[in-house]
Amino acid sequence: MIAFWVVALLAIAGALVVVLHRNPVYSALGLVLTLFQVAVIFALLEAPLLALLQVIVYAGAIVVLFLFVIMLLALEPEKRLAAPFPVAVAGLVLAGLLGFALAAASTVPLAGAGQGALPAGFGSPESLAASLFGAHLLPFELTSVLLLVAVVGAVVLARRRS
Amino acid sequence: MNVPVEFPLGLAAALFAIGAFGVVFRRSVIVVLMCVELMLNAVNVTFVALARELGAMAGQTAVFFVITVAAAEVAVGLAILLVAFSRRRTLDGDQFASLRG
Amino acid sequence: MPEIQTDLLRWIVAAPLLGVVLNIAAALGNRAKLARLVGPASVIVAFGLALVAVLRLAAEPAGAALVDDVYGWIEAGPLAVNLAFRVDALTAMMLLIITGIGSLIHIYALGYMDHEPDVARFFAYMNLFVASMLVLVLADSLALLFVGWEGVGACSYLLIGFWYAERANADAGQKAMIANRVGDAAFLIGMFILFWGMNALHLPSLKLSAINAAAPLLASAMPWLPTLVCLLLLVGATGKSAQIPLYVWLPDAMAGPTPVSALIHVATMVTAGVYMIARLSFLYAQAPVAMDVVALVGASTCLFAATIALVQDDLKKVLAYSTVSQIGYMVLGVGVGAFSAGLFHLLTHALFKALLFLAAGAVMHAMHGEIRMSKLGGLGAKMPITSKVFLVGSLAIAGVPGFSGFFSKDMVLEAAFAGGHRVAWLLGLMGAACTAFYIFRAYFLTFRTEVRAEPEKMAHLHEMPPVMTVPLMILALGAVAIGWLGLPGGFLWGNVLGEWLAPVLARAPGHHAHLSAATLLGLMGLATTAALAGIALAWVFYVRSPALAGRLAARSGAAYRLLWNKYWIDEIYDGLFVRSYAAWSRFAWRVVDTTIVDGLVNGVGQSVTLLAGLWRRVQSGDLQHYALATLAGAVTLVGGAWALTAGF
Repeated sequence: MIAFWVVALLAIAGALVVVLHRNPVYSALGLVLTLFQVAVIFALLEAPLLALLQVIVYAGAIVVLFLFVIMLLALEPEKRLAAPFPVAVAGLVLAGLLGFALAAASTVPLAGAGQGALPAGFGSPESLAASLFGAHLLPFELTSVLLLVAVVGAVVLARRRS
Repeated sequence: MNVPVEFPLGLAAALFAIGAFGVVFRRSVIVVLMCVELMLNAVNVTFVALARELGAMAGQTAVFFVITVAAAEVAVGLAILLVAFSRRRTLDGDQFASLRG
Repeated sequence: MPEIQTDLLRWIVAAPLLGVVLNIAAALGNRAKLARLVGPASVIVAFGLALVAVLRLAAEPAGAALVDDVYGWIEAGPLAVNLAFRVDALTAMMLLIITGIGSLIHIYALGYMDHEPDVARFFAYMNLFVASMLVLVLADSLALLFVGWEGVGACSYLLIGFWYAERANADAGQKAMIANRVGDAAFLIGMFILFWGMNALHLPSLKLSAINAAAPLLASAMPWLPTLVCLLLLVGATGKSAQIPLYVWLPDAMAGPTPVSALIHVATMVTAGVYMIARLSFLYAQAPVAMDVVALVGASTCLFAATIALVQDDLKKVLAYSTVSQIGYMVLGVGVGAFSAGLFHLLTHALFKALLFLAAGAVMHAMHGEIRMSKLGGLGAKMPITSKVFLVGSLAIAGVPGFSGFFSKDMVLEAAFAGGHRVAWLLGLMGAACTAFYIFRAYFLTFRTEVRAEPEKMAHLHEMPPVMTVPLMILALGAVAIGWLGLPGGFLWGNVLGEWLAPVLARAPGHHAHLSAATLLGLMGLATTAALAGIALAWVFYVRSPALAGRLAARSGAAYRLLWNKYWIDEIYDGLFVRSYAAWSRFAWRVVDTTIVDGLVNGVGQSVTLLAGLWRRVQSGDLQHYALATLAGAVTLVGGAWALTAGF
């Protein structure tokens, strides 16, 4: 439990850095912190393979991409950080309400929850693979098409600059 | 190691709220994109937590898809961002209001 | 009744239609010569074909009919109307009138319109008219009859306004059109009700023969229906045949070229109402109330129009009111159940009135458009043929024994008397006296008495060329001879026309009480006396002591003005209908349309603009605003879901 609390607080701290820091580089680093903590949470929750993917894809690829763009554009620390005051306050109130509502909703008892021991090999690469290439084969293939489209789209957008 | 399911769900709620606040709060489009990633991660946490709670691998499979889609989104989003920056020399969201009615 | 199938009848209609096409081509190509050839020739060809058809019909036993079913025209639910033509005894008579007199008038028109540059257009309209009129009489169904009915109305409109450059002519055309619209609307409604009734009897047909056959059934199943339908059709007839109350257009219709007046507004179209009533005689026989109304309309129109004709100065106006009055006799005839008498008068009138009109047209042509009798006079010496044929026509219309008008008018009055319509008979008799007076007044003032025209006009005065006088002489011959077709029964060869028509006409029950020979002779004597008295009076007033007429007019000022102004009917109609309609239209325009309708339409547009202007502000284009809205939605959804599951 203590591990969870540490990890959770670090994750929230990282998230706050993302949202509040003037310098986008620090924001990106805060994001990395949070993502690592989420990976630990995954590991804690019987999802070792997803924990690995989280580190490799998110921290390894996505955040690097963010940093790469920030460096490429040579972004300075922002002078005008926040949205206009009324918008910021409204966002704060609404986000708080949303967080409260989500947290409150998570305490509602779940039908079919906590039915004792997990099946053997739950969360192992084999079981994830079985789910992915069994019941969810079609979404998997569609996702690959989506990635292809994203790659083509990114290339086209980048080329147009010249 | 047996964390009750309410705890990761609470963490997810917090992360999601912070991300949502960031989307509204920040002007910089690139930080807004990061905040969207935060929100996606919060959702992933709920998926994984509930997958364990319900003993269903489908939850973890969904996370796999979310990560993939997030990668695609970031790739395209950053590409758009680069184009936008080359046009306006800024990443301030307020400056991209050409759709004003 | 035997029906003989033939392909002949469609060509009777096709001949003048082909003439229309060629005349339009001539008009476009500016070939007046072609028009002058085709115009009359197409009608003469139709006359020849009609003659063949009539001779073929005459060879068949009585009651036979020639039928030409061209193709199916309308099929809608239970209604099926074919484009089909049918010739029986009644149609045969009409065919010969239309094409025969039509041919003569077309030939006459060659002379009358010799200076007219637009002659091709004239003949195109004339041929189209003949074709429409032929469709009207050949139609085997009420629907097809209505096509012809509307067609002749349209041609009438076109020809009245033929010289449309003058405002008065165009207005006269519109007046005819509008008066006919009123009647035609009633006709249509009557036709719809009739079909509804036929359909209710499981006889969904508009065929004239079927309607006539079903008339007794209709009357027994729905006693009100034949009366209603007959009255509505009568309204249609009063429009087309210029009867009270819709006669007002006919006097103005004389604005058109004179051959048009003679053909359309005397011999053919205006008799369509009489033809239609006779055609549906079996239906009318089932509606005694409607018949009485028909008789009353006819008799009152007959006297009413004759009195107006007494004082008019315009020669063509005299003849126009005379026509209204004479059609009144026909309507009276069919109204008292003596269908063949009404049709007989239709036949004789077509000849002698066409003759009178063409003779008046010759005067007009010779005098370069002068038609006021106060500016004419003494033309007899310079125009001997015209003068003589006009005299023949006058004797015929006045009803002098031996001339055609005598036989037919007498037959109508006799039938009215025998049918017990004493009031109608008296009106008709008085009308006859007036007729004799006004027509001889016209004759004396135009062809006798001293010359009142300008000398330079008299200097150029000459008799018409043969192309005009020959048709006049043929018509004069007919005006005398045709009456002998309808002698009183048992005298010489008797009533030939009546026997020819008898199989296709109804015999109204209760009518034709047998009159003794003495009564008949007495009636004849009365009518003859009335006619001769009218002639004598006209002679006294206008030949022996011309001052007398003026003094009488001055003495009876009010009555004279009443007649001179045609009872102010035009003014009354103008105030009653035209002005109030215009006022309503203005109300509909200014208030209903511009204020209410436009206000609504523009109001909808303006309110949309206003609302859109408000909603437009929502689309700020700012990313944060959209994110905020999304966030608010998410809060609502999650909060709502949580509240529901937690059981609040």
